[in-house]
Amino acid sequence: MTPAQTEVPQRRGTPQDSAPTPVISVRKLWKVFGPKAEQVPDSEELCGLTRRELMDRTGCTAAVRDVNFEVSPGEVFVVMGLSGSGKSTLVRCLTRLIEPTSGEIVFEGEDIRDADAKRLRELRRRKFSMVFQHFGLLPHRKVVDNVSFGLEIRGMSKAERTKRALEVVELVGLSGYENSYPDQLSGGMQQRVGLARALAGDPDVLLFDEPFSALDPLIRRDMQNEVIRLHHEVGKTMVFITHDLSEALKLGDRILIMRDGKMVQCGTGDELVGAPADDYVREFVKDVPRGDVLTLRWIMRPAVDGDALDGPELGPDVVVREATRAVLAADKPVKVVENGKLLGIVGDEEILAVVAGQEGDA
Amino acid sequence: MTVAVEKPEPAQQVADAAPELKSSRRKVTRPMMVGAILVVWLVLFAVLRGKQTLTLAAADLTGLHRWFNDLNDSVGANRNSNPLFLYFFNEIRLVIDNLVTFVQDLISQPSGDRPLPQIGWLGVVGIAGFVSWAVGNWRVALLAMAGFAFFGLQGLWQESMDTLALTLSAVLVALVFAIPLGVWAGLSDRFNRIITPFLDFMQTMPTFVYLAPLTLIFLIGPASAVIATVIYAAPPAIRITAHGIRSVPETTVEAADSMGSTRWQSLLKVLLPMAKRTVVMGVNQTIMAALAMVTIAALIDAPGLGKTVMQALQSLDVGTAFNAGLAIVIMAIVLDRVTTASSTRAEEARNATGRFLKWRRPLLGSGAVGVVVLIYLSHTYLWAAQFPGDGTTGSHIASAADSVTTWVQDNLSGVTNAFRNAITNGLLNPFQSLLTDSPWWLVGAVLVGIAGVLGGWKVSVTTAVCVGLLVGTGMWSDAMTTLASTIVATALVMVFGIAFGVWMGRSMMVDRLLRPTLDAAQVMPPFVYLVPFLALFGPSRFTAIVAAVVYAVPVAIKITADGIRDVPETTVEAATAAGCNTWQIITKVQLPMARSALTLATNQGLIYVLSMVVVGGLVGAGALGYDVVAGFSQGELFGKGLAAGLAIVLLGVMFDRITQAAARRTSA
Repeated sequence: MTPAQTEVPQRRGTPQDSAPTPVISVRKLWKVFGPKAEQVPDSEELCGLTRRELMDRTGCTAAVRDVNFEVSPGEVFVVMGLSGSGKSTLVRCLTRLIEPTSGEIVFEGEDIRDADAKRLRELRRRKFSMVFQHFGLLPHRKVVDNVSFGLEIRGMSKAERTKRALEVVELVGLSGYENSYPDQLSGGMQQRVGLARALAGDPDVLLFDEPFSALDPLIRRDMQNEVIRLHHEVGKTMVFITHDLSEALKLGDRILIMRDGKMVQCGTGDELVGAPADDYVREFVKDVPRGDVLTLRWIMRPAVDGDALDGPELGPDVVVREATRAVLAADKPVKVVENGKLLGIVGDEEILAVVAGQEGDA
Repeated sequence: MTVAVEKPEPAQQVADAAPELKSSRRKVTRPMMVGAILVVWLVLFAVLRGKQTLTLAAADLTGLHRWFNDLNDSVGANRNSNPLFLYFFNEIRLVIDNLVTFVQDLISQPSGDRPLPQIGWLGVVGIAGFVSWAVGNWRVALLAMAGFAFFGLQGLWQESMDTLALTLSAVLVALVFAIPLGVWAGLSDRFNRIITPFLDFMQTMPTFVYLAPLTLIFLIGPASAVIATVIYAAPPAIRITAHGIRSVPETTVEAADSMGSTRWQSLLKVLLPMAKRTVVMGVNQTIMAALAMVTIAALIDAPGLGKTVMQALQSLDVGTAFNAGLAIVIMAIVLDRVTTASSTRAEEARNATGRFLKWRRPLLGSGAVGVVVLIYLSHTYLWAAQFPGDGTTGSHIASAADSVTTWVQDNLSGVTNAFRNAITNGLLNPFQSLLTDSPWWLVGAVLVGIAGVLGGWKVSVTTAVCVGLLVGTGMWSDAMTTLASTIVATALVMVFGIAFGVWMGRSMMVDRLLRPTLDAAQVMPPFVYLVPFLALFGPSRFTAIVAAVVYAVPVAIKITADGIRDVPETTVEAATAAGCNTWQIITKVQLPMARSALTLATNQGLIYVLSMVVVGGLVGAGALGYDVVAGFSQGELFGKGLAAGLAIVLLGVMFDRITQAAARRTSA
């Protein structure tokens, strides 16, 4: 199974076309747990085995297998998979909370795997920060002291770090709770503390490990919107781990789907829905409301002779749902035009195929 | 297949095969086999009674005992020339002695050219109150001050302070080792694996037996007492500290790592603060264990309340023993309440309003100044140094206890004697004669057989080794007498344990009522249990058994109750829906499902009962307990006492192994 790096359609605002130098690039990353784990990635024979076979043969578990991806500056990069797919291990490998078995993790030109303990601490203190599923707050410290913990670790003075912490507490909407203790807050608010703690150090990259999985659905939606808002305000690069496809589609500029430690597909949301790499992904995205994700680019057909070409114009990155009314209202097919160039046309037929197909699936 | 995978298989098969073999006829087999062994024993007993019983008269010694005596003598002779002693053991003793003397000079013993300690009663009461307030709250501070003042009123000021001095010294030394070791065991899996068996062994070992070997090395006196106490009191702190460190959620530690904290920063800012409450609970356990051991260490001439109790017990002076026992109980309550309050203080302070917190620091400061003034007064003026009055309250208590005892003996002796005789003649004597009058090899074979049936062949091998060593100690007959009492006591413990445990496990209300009492009872030093029963039943084996039962019952009740409560609600509901009545639910659902808890309760009950054997020796239990006690007081019996201590350990190891293996089997 080769991971499909679908390149077909370009989406608006995708950082790929604006900033070519990635912040993080991960190459051939392996994490194998078990005895003599380091032999596995080097042996071609062992690499070819499935997880189960590898377990039986060597007693090793391959949590992350030959994963490659790049994250661009300012991008929200989502890693999605079911439990046991290795996604949490993957994100921990990025800052070596779990030591990778082999491969490269290049951050701003520096291979993190070569960093010594001191440099690694420095990277963790200044460049990365992480938000955890179960928050990981310190129950014996007030909110403000939890938020300033990372700064304290760096050796910042008390007055300075409290000032900074109070700013961030306000940023995440926790003003008034500075002096509460974590166990006096609801789950959603505790995670806001976690978020504030991660933001306090002003890192380059924020890592999220299923941050909202432990929250109930309404709170989860609030927090997702919060992340989107913060992303707009502070513009950090984010790597976001989730098992929830709708969360991935909502937040992610690009999504990496993992299964059994391997990457299955990496691409934008509409690529996953429009061109699933295999049956696994297809099954995954089956229930996604296609009209919400697919753009006109995915459903347009080339104009042939006889098509009326004087209908209204729309861009190729307009989502189908938004275009439905316009297309159905027009009595002629809609032209999909990018930079003055006619890419194709969309008629009632194409729109209805998406909407009807979607209903059929449901 | 690689070797790594193949290896566990044979073991797996053995483990599988054993239950499978029995599974076809398992329901009948195990009890029937035990029954068959007992029947064979009875038959052979009738035939072989009185032969090869390995009886040893009270003053007789075996070669081993003489060898121990010689060893003792040669250690005594070479104490100041052997380099191991000169540079190691004697140094330790010196350091400990200096520490104890220092604390005693401060609070209990005449110091230098002063006829009184440096700090008099007023200062000590002030310090007790202030410290309790600083680490706990004002309620426990009042309790501490009242408790300490009461020691003075009882006329036991100096004895109490001696006990306190020894306890504090031992706790200090224990914690200096235990907390770092506990943190290490919490951080390192490997160190945890290494230290766990040692801690297990130290905790299963009947409490008071390491006094003898310690006196061999460190002489009789406070140093040995403190060292024994340290050995006894450190394991719970190590264990609980390690547990506290381990129970810090992994995410929290990971979060700290992800922010780039060093190992030190993680330890100081995350692990220790989050484990603090648990560590303080460990300190509490250590203090309580230390107090218990310090009172028992009266056997090796440790000064303090224990000595008063022991001397009174030996002269059957119930009043004095009761008075001093009461002081021990009060000290236990004070120490327990103060440390418990300090473990919950952080949380209470968090919920308290800020207004009060602001005043706390100035108040503490002025309190400290006040205490310094009190210490100065008690150092300078006689009235503040020496507790006023002559302890009339104490003599009132003693005479009241005496008159109650007399009244009980005059009026209730019919009931108590009948009860005592019924148990003694109906249960204890026949069982004891069965054990002591059978040939040793027959009893040994029965033990090995039962161990095999209940716990598997590995345990029967252990049992065989223990039986062999028991014979080797030369204390076989005494060991059998002790064994008879132990088993009778354990049976009684289980009767009460199950009755109250089921009651507690089924009713939340009973649980709420009983649990604090049981917790309090577990905190008491075992010594004090002897006193009321000595009053009721006079000196006899039976008194020791009852004291042991009372000592061991709380833990058995608690384990049983937890086991009953752990039976899933739905199972009980299903049984109720099927129309079971209460009795059927208890006997057919709850007790069978709590089987492994019951076995564990038996295990703990046995260990607790065994640890009372030596204490029971003080009130006429005879046998091993008496041998140990006599070994401390009479030089020529030292070796025999040491061998008796060894025999108690062997009994303990044997029964611990059997019951643990049985528990594993029933839970599997």
